[in-house]
Amino acid sequence: MATATIEAPASGPGSVHSSLHRSARSRKARDRLATLVVLLCLLLAMIPLAWILWTVLSRGAGLLGDAHWWTNSQRGITARRVGGGAYHAIVGTLLMALVTAVISVPIALGTAIYLVEYGRGTFARAVTFMVDVLTGIPSIVAALFVYALWVTTFGFQRVAFAVSLALVLLMIPVVVRSTEEMLRLVPRDLREASYALGVPRWKTIVKVVLPTAFSGIVTGIMLGLARVMGETAPLLILGPYTTSINMNIFHGNMAALPTFINQDRNQALQPALDRVWSAALTLIIIVMVLSLAGRAVSRLGSVKK
Amino acid sequence: MAKRIDVSGLDVFYGDFKAVEDVSLTVEPRSVTAFIGPSGCGKSTLLRTLNRMHEVLPGGRVIGKVTLDDEDLYGDDVDPVAVRRIVGMVFQRPNPFPTMSIYDNVAAGLRLNGVKKKALLDDVVERSLKQANLWKEVQDRLRKPGSSLSGGQQQRLCIARAVAVEPAVLLMDEPCSALDPISTLAIEDLVQELKERYTIIIVTHNMQQAARVSDRTAFFTIAGAGKPGRLVEIGDTAEVFSRPTEKATEDYITGRFG
Repeated sequence: MATATIEAPASGPGSVHSSLHRSARSRKARDRLATLVVLLCLLLAMIPLAWILWTVLSRGAGLLGDAHWWTNSQRGITARRVGGGAYHAIVGTLLMALVTAVISVPIALGTAIYLVEYGRGTFARAVTFMVDVLTGIPSIVAALFVYALWVTTFGFQRVAFAVSLALVLLMIPVVVRSTEEMLRLVPRDLREASYALGVPRWKTIVKVVLPTAFSGIVTGIMLGLARVMGETAPLLILGPYTTSINMNIFHGNMAALPTFINQDRNQALQPALDRVWSAALTLIIIVMVLSLAGRAVSRLGSVKK
Repeated sequence: MAKRIDVSGLDVFYGDFKAVEDVSLTVEPRSVTAFIGPSGCGKSTLLRTLNRMHEVLPGGRVIGKVTLDDEDLYGDDVDPVAVRRIVGMVFQRPNPFPTMSIYDNVAAGLRLNGVKKKALLDDVVERSLKQANLWKEVQDRLRKPGSSLSGGQQQRLCIARAVAVEPAVLLMDEPCSALDPISTLAIEDLVQELKERYTIIIVTHNMQQAARVSDRTAFFTIAGAGKPGRLVEIGDTAEVFSRPTEKATEDYITGRFG
């Protein structure tokens, strides 16, 4: 495009007009082509998503209308029997997610604040590098690490809390990354405005920087939670499945939606397979509800327009 | 409460780079001093050393002396946070806190420093907004976000926020450069009123503005890119604009360079 405009005067005063038109025509054509390509890419990306949603919805929605699904466990239900619910697995998933969040959110926020507001030099670079490394760790490696620590070294049982520890390793880098980006988006102007009022640095961070970045931080936490709630490897290694309800994260087996799915998936019987789809849909719904709740919360304290 | 500022032999650095060299000047209380000069001559940098804001940037440091009524701002046991409570600042672009209402923005300085009494805050907010000539426009919508105001109103909100903590000195870093002429006029009128109470230093690129609002004018320049900025002369504004003692000042204010 640029060359066309530069060449135009050289082709004589008479042709300037037509060359301007030519370049406009070709630009429009390219614009349309690019728009088309981008749209196609969007469609391509949407197809698998819509497909998955449709499959899970159509096969899994059946059991969800039944109140038993939300209130009963699978205790005493065999693969060939219809019935029971996902309550034991829902409770397990939510409990483990909660414990994971309670441990990892403060650590991740602290790390992100350090990196953005205080971190300088070699140590900060080392921390950034470690967070990068942590981001790339496969969940099964995190699970085996915790197994080596929790079971082999300390000699404890495989319990829900150990699962949460492994999930913490997976959640921290996600939240650190997103929080870091959100904190960097807060303009330096605002920090300086606060300093200029004689407000100390830590108070500026707590009262000005964090509230300004609040909605983005909450979104990041929700993304991290969504990721860990679907993780299966730590559950397989550290959290044996049970058909009963267990609320004690330090004792006994505890079910979770991914292990519930994994358990019934192995049965070649229709009642069990129906429950697999319903459990998958339940997990999707929980993640969705949490994200929507996160949005609602973030709107409360977000930047006012 | 206004205080006198003395700068002597001040060098300002960013890391190894010397941005300002050997500045000595005096600013009298209850006066307006304008810093003028071409871009990059270090006038904003110098301004930021007067409330120790310069050092929040990585590598920012100074050599030399700045005193406020004979108190050394760079003394060993001086807390920069305490300095900033006495020397307030208004920035180039209006920067109200986006999560706070108009009321909360003005109250921010006191609240963040631990004042909780509602009646006191109410008084301070009203008084500060009146001082900033903004009260009439916002008194019935104090709970609306600060960002809902126009650019000129936002800048006056920032001035109200700065005066709410009752500083002795008010530093203004090109406070009108993002504003339209009408808002600029409002701020200039405001500066005239504020000088009854505060010592004011205003950095500006607009020489008419310097001539209109200031009692004294300091002219800065640089010898070239990568060289430190220097103070060329400081004097009564009328003198500097009509009979500058230095050739460089004359060239600049008559538009021959810069």
